Amino acid sequence: MRSSPWLWAAAIAAYAFLYVPLAVVVLFSFNDSKLSAEWVGFTLEWYRRLFADDAMLAAAFNSLLIAVVAACAATVLGTMAGIAMHRYRLRGLGFLVLTPVAMPEILLGVSLLVFFVQVLDVTLGLFSVIVAHVTFCIGFVAIIVRARLAGMDESIFEAARDLGATPWQTFRLVTLPLIMPGVVAGLLMSFTLSLDDFVITFFTAGVGVSTLPLQIFTMIKVAVTPEVNAVSTLLMLVTLTMIVVASRVAPDALKGRG
Amino acid sequence: MRAAPSPRLAKWLVAGPPTLFLLVFFAVPALIMVVASFRFPGEFGGLAPLAATRAGEDAGLTTENYALFFGDWIYAQIFAKSFVVAALTTLACLALAYPLALAIARSPRRRRDLMVLLVVLPFASNFLVRVYAWMIILGPLDLLFTPVAVLVGMVYVHLPFMVLPLYTNLEKHDPALLDAAQDLGAGAWQRFWRVTFPLSLPGILAGTALVFIPVLGMFAIPEILGGKDDWLVGNMIKEAFLGTRDWPFGSMLSIMLTLAVLAVAGIAAALGRGGSRGA
Repeated sequence: MRSSPWLWAAAIAAYAFLYVPLAVVVLFSFNDSKLSAEWVGFTLEWYRRLFADDAMLAAAFNSLLIAVVAACAATVLGTMAGIAMHRYRLRGLGFLVLTPVAMPEILLGVSLLVFFVQVLDVTLGLFSVIVAHVTFCIGFVAIIVRARLAGMDESIFEAARDLGATPWQTFRLVTLPLIMPGVVAGLLMSFTLSLDDFVITFFTAGVGVSTLPLQIFTMIKVAVTPEVNAVSTLLMLVTLTMIVVASRVAPDALKGRG
Repeated sequence: MRAAPSPRLAKWLVAGPPTLFLLVFFAVPALIMVVASFRFPGEFGGLAPLAATRAGEDAGLTTENYALFFGDWIYAQIFAKSFVVAALTTLACLALAYPLALAIARSPRRRRDLMVLLVVLPFASNFLVRVYAWMIILGPLDLLFTPVAVLVGMVYVHLPFMVLPLYTNLEKHDPALLDAAQDLGAGAWQRFWRVTFPLSLPGILAGTALVFIPVLGMFAIPEILGGKDDWLVGNMIKEAFLGTRDWPFGSMLSIMLTLAVLAVAGIAAALGRGGSRGA
């Protein structure tokens, strides 16, 4: 179709803008120099140090634990919310589900900080971080599940009822299998969002618990070493794997946000 | 026949748990922020008690935090600066995203999904990694810790939010419209400016809202790529909560930021409605 060379040049420039910085990070994670300024030689030293770094390993473990628990809880609650929003058109629930997704993260972070410390009087740590992650993940799951339901023929559910299925049977044997790709997509998305989150974790973690993003932030702020490049490269690999898995398990997952 | 649970019960079984969770962990904390913005700071950070425990202690409610905000230009200036940065970021994202979205929309159908995936893919790497990447690049260029670095970081992190809604819009345009314009003698520029561009306004609006709002509240990018002069509202809020530990002041700033976000969202919604009426 009509597309001028100018358009293509601009598009290629935009892709370069997106990928060059990440390529630089990966490249310098193998650079045999403490400074990420010029290429000296190939080394795996930064990866070796990374796996010998106890604080980093503990943070990675926390990140995984938080992501698994938060993603599961958010998927259950988000699926319920998505079904409820589709079937009952509850305005209040829609507001509660979508606002945490739409507003700047810092607002959710500080309000939960005040709530946990001042009202619940809990020590900040794993619990507060998990609850905070569930709060912003519910919305993403609900949006994906509702989108899946919206594209469906209502007569299937009527047919199930006409054939004498109880609401529970209809849900378990008809609704759930049909929305499953959406539920899996929501689960994977929540897992990734939780693993990735910095801002909300920053405010709700306190001094008790560290996650990978918090650890990376500390390294960037205090002393930048190519270890940051190494952990970044590994994180990219994890996310990339997640995306490949998602596109196999639930091809809808990648279009979920649209 | 077995008695089926009543539809009302089913409704509350499904809607109840997520509603309750979000009421407790989203709505209540948000309301508490409003109250906290009218409180005194505690002696050791946090909030002062509502009832004085000893003589001379600040207790109860006060409008002092808001008086402080409106009494000193500096806060309004930082808010204004945040709006300027958000506006510049949005414009730069638009300039980069438009040709890209258009190129994707005009590619053969089978190639489009891959091209969209390539836009989203870097966005799947960790947020801090994407910001840190610019430390490596801008450091040797002597641009690190400058406003330029903040802007570059903001654009980089938010670009996909502009590309996706634009592409979704552009992809739906009927190619016949451009053929018709060409038959009527419109040149390439006229076809873009008088057909494609006006039709893409809803996409531009959606992308603008998705970029402008998160930038307005961003604290991490100025913190990492900027100098102390590049602080935005988000940095002030972070400093109030974790640095000086003046929570009521931080709560007040959060409320002001919320109002700013609501104003932007309201304007976007109004423009969207106006646009759909015109179409």
